[in-house]
Amino acid sequence: MLIEQLINGITLGSIYAIVALGFTLVFGVLGIVNMGHGEIFMFGAFIGVLVTTTFGLPLWLAFLAAIIVTAFMGYLLERFALRPLRNHQGSNHLAPLISTIGVSIFLENLSHHLFGPGNHPFRTPFAEMSIEIGSVTVYLVQIVIFVISLILMAALSFWLGKTKAGKALRAVAENLETASLLGVDTKKYITLTVILASAMGGIAGILVGMAFNAVTPQMGLSMGLKGLAIIILGGMGNVKGAMVGGLILGLAETFIVVYGDSGYRDAIAFIAIIVILLVRPQGLFGQKTSDVRR
Amino acid sequence: MSIFKKFMQFSAVSSMLLLAACGGGGDETASGTEGQADGGSGVVSADIGVISYNSGPGAAYGEAITNGLKLAQEEINAKGEVNINLKIEDSAGEQDQALTAAQKLINSENVTAIIGPTLSTEMNVVGPEADLSGVPIMGTSTTAEGIPQLGEYVFRNSIPEALAIPASLKKAIEAYDVKKVAILYGNDDVLTKSGFDTMKATAEEMGLEILTIETFQKGQSDYNAQLTKIKSLNPDLILASALYNEGAVIMDQARKMGIDVPFVGGNGFNSPEVINIAGDAANGLIVATPWFGEKEDPKVQDFVAKYTEKFGKAPDQFAAQSYDGLYIFAEALKNAGDSDRDAFRDALAEISNFEGILGNFSFDEEGDVVMEPTVLTIKDGKFQEFNE
Repeated sequence: MLIEQLINGITLGSIYAIVALGFTLVFGVLGIVNMGHGEIFMFGAFIGVLVTTTFGLPLWLAFLAAIIVTAFMGYLLERFALRPLRNHQGSNHLAPLISTIGVSIFLENLSHHLFGPGNHPFRTPFAEMSIEIGSVTVYLVQIVIFVISLILMAALSFWLGKTKAGKALRAVAENLETASLLGVDTKKYITLTVILASAMGGIAGILVGMAFNAVTPQMGLSMGLKGLAIIILGGMGNVKGAMVGGLILGLAETFIVVYGDSGYRDAIAFIAIIVILLVRPQGLFGQKTSDVRR
Repeated sequence: MSIFKKFMQFSAVSSMLLLAACGGGGDETASGTEGQADGGSGVVSADIGVISYNSGPGAAYGEAITNGLKLAQEEINAKGEVNINLKIEDSAGEQDQALTAAQKLINSENVTAIIGPTLSTEMNVVGPEADLSGVPIMGTSTTAEGIPQLGEYVFRNSIPEALAIPASLKKAIEAYDVKKVAILYGNDDVLTKSGFDTMKATAEEMGLEILTIETFQKGQSDYNAQLTKIKSLNPDLILASALYNEGAVIMDQARKMGIDVPFVGGNGFNSPEVINIAGDAANGLIVATPWFGEKEDPKVQDFVAKYTEKFGKAPDQFAAQSYDGLYIFAEALKNAGDSDRDAFRDALAEISNFEGILGNFSFDEEGDVVMEPTVLTIKDGKFQEFNE
């Protein structure tokens, strides 16, 4: 049972990690907590349901469609909810937070309207495939989720750290005006960041749909809050922190059920976060200096 | 803020005064028309308020409920004995919003009576308010313990869990020789929590060994941790007090994990949507219900056909209960012969042996349901009567 629970925890943690990666990317570059991220994630899941279950098309097409749709949503989010606020001199730094909350409410209700309330099943043969190791059943989806989360993390670290585009992005994160003066097309890179983060949310949405077979218009909210908690835990804007934080939260939630009381599932995760933040206010992987962001 | 509050209070008070004045005048005219009601010219018409969970995580319930009401309203008004006007308000499943909606319906819309709210949680707040204002209120989906006891004006036509769960559990124990059970319930909802209390009490009463009690929260999507734990304990049966959205996902994940024992669910678990969501994984769910859509009763089949045609999906228990609910209201309204709240309340309380699509229905002296539940199970992908 322990091994099965460990797998459950890692699966859940990997999903949290992918969601958190999207959060951390936007925060790292823009210094904005994107509250609409959870809902974009939810849309990704719904696109998956539409493509695989409603139209009966293959899974890879679902991934493709979800990435395209959520990337486009990311573009719209940046274009209409973030950019107008950024261009305003003297607009409060909390303004984008509020506008993304607005986006999240709008998207939740939109999906409610488009897809209807309640749970939508995610039917794909891939979700049924499993391998037996001794008495333990491991679903292929669980392995895929873990692997995808690792790949995304590695790719993101590499991209941010080693490529020219990543360098430009970090320059934008460091100081928007200076980067702009040095010839970085800041508008392009900011848009790219939001699009990338959103597409990752879309991927996470499909993975959750497959793993848990539960897609509802409300799934974005709780996932969004968890994602937010994770990036605080892992260190705001830190890629490795998002990954490790996600896994810690997933495993903590699972093992509180195993050894404690399932009623405290959400509580223990947040208590852990409070404790860690008391000891390390900058998060697990965060830098101590606070001059990274304005 | 406080000025606003004062204003609200003032307007509430003044509208109550107005209401009292209207009520006095209304009585005289009503007694005049009462004699002619049979003559056909005196069709009693009334505004009925509806508080329903139309947006948010449980919006599926609200949708079913308002659909059932609209269908019933159409039919009732077409018959021409009474004329019902529905005023539908959304509660979003929130207590405070339900209360605001109720106050609006009671004070400014002047409704004769209210159907709803959807959740027992909401009824706990709205019921006393309606009772205090002397407005009859009937829940069509409020199945938790103690709802009709909230006041003289509070009724329900939904079978309480305390009646449904023992009925289904008893049959399951006989059929599967159950000794050990695991319980899983949603701990943030009055309905599922009260269902759990009933399950636990019933299981203890029947001498079953409770292996573990696990909980989950609304909107959760991953139940693997709880289910893995349950699996390792090897129960003969799982008691799951869940709403169908969560319940269906729980069954799906349980079957995938290799848990193949039957599930006994409460009222919220009973919906054709379970089969839609969970597919084959839904096989083995046992529920007791007043509503069975396959029943060979022309009234039931007629309702199912009409509902399916109008709304594009089969009615569930919630649609059926609200449909019957409005018919009960129409009956009471006809008997009262007047849209006066007190006259309506008395007529409502006297309803007995009402033949609806749910079966033979009566109120007991507290305004609670007297009815025989049917035990159903999902087998081969559809609900069937449980008799093994």
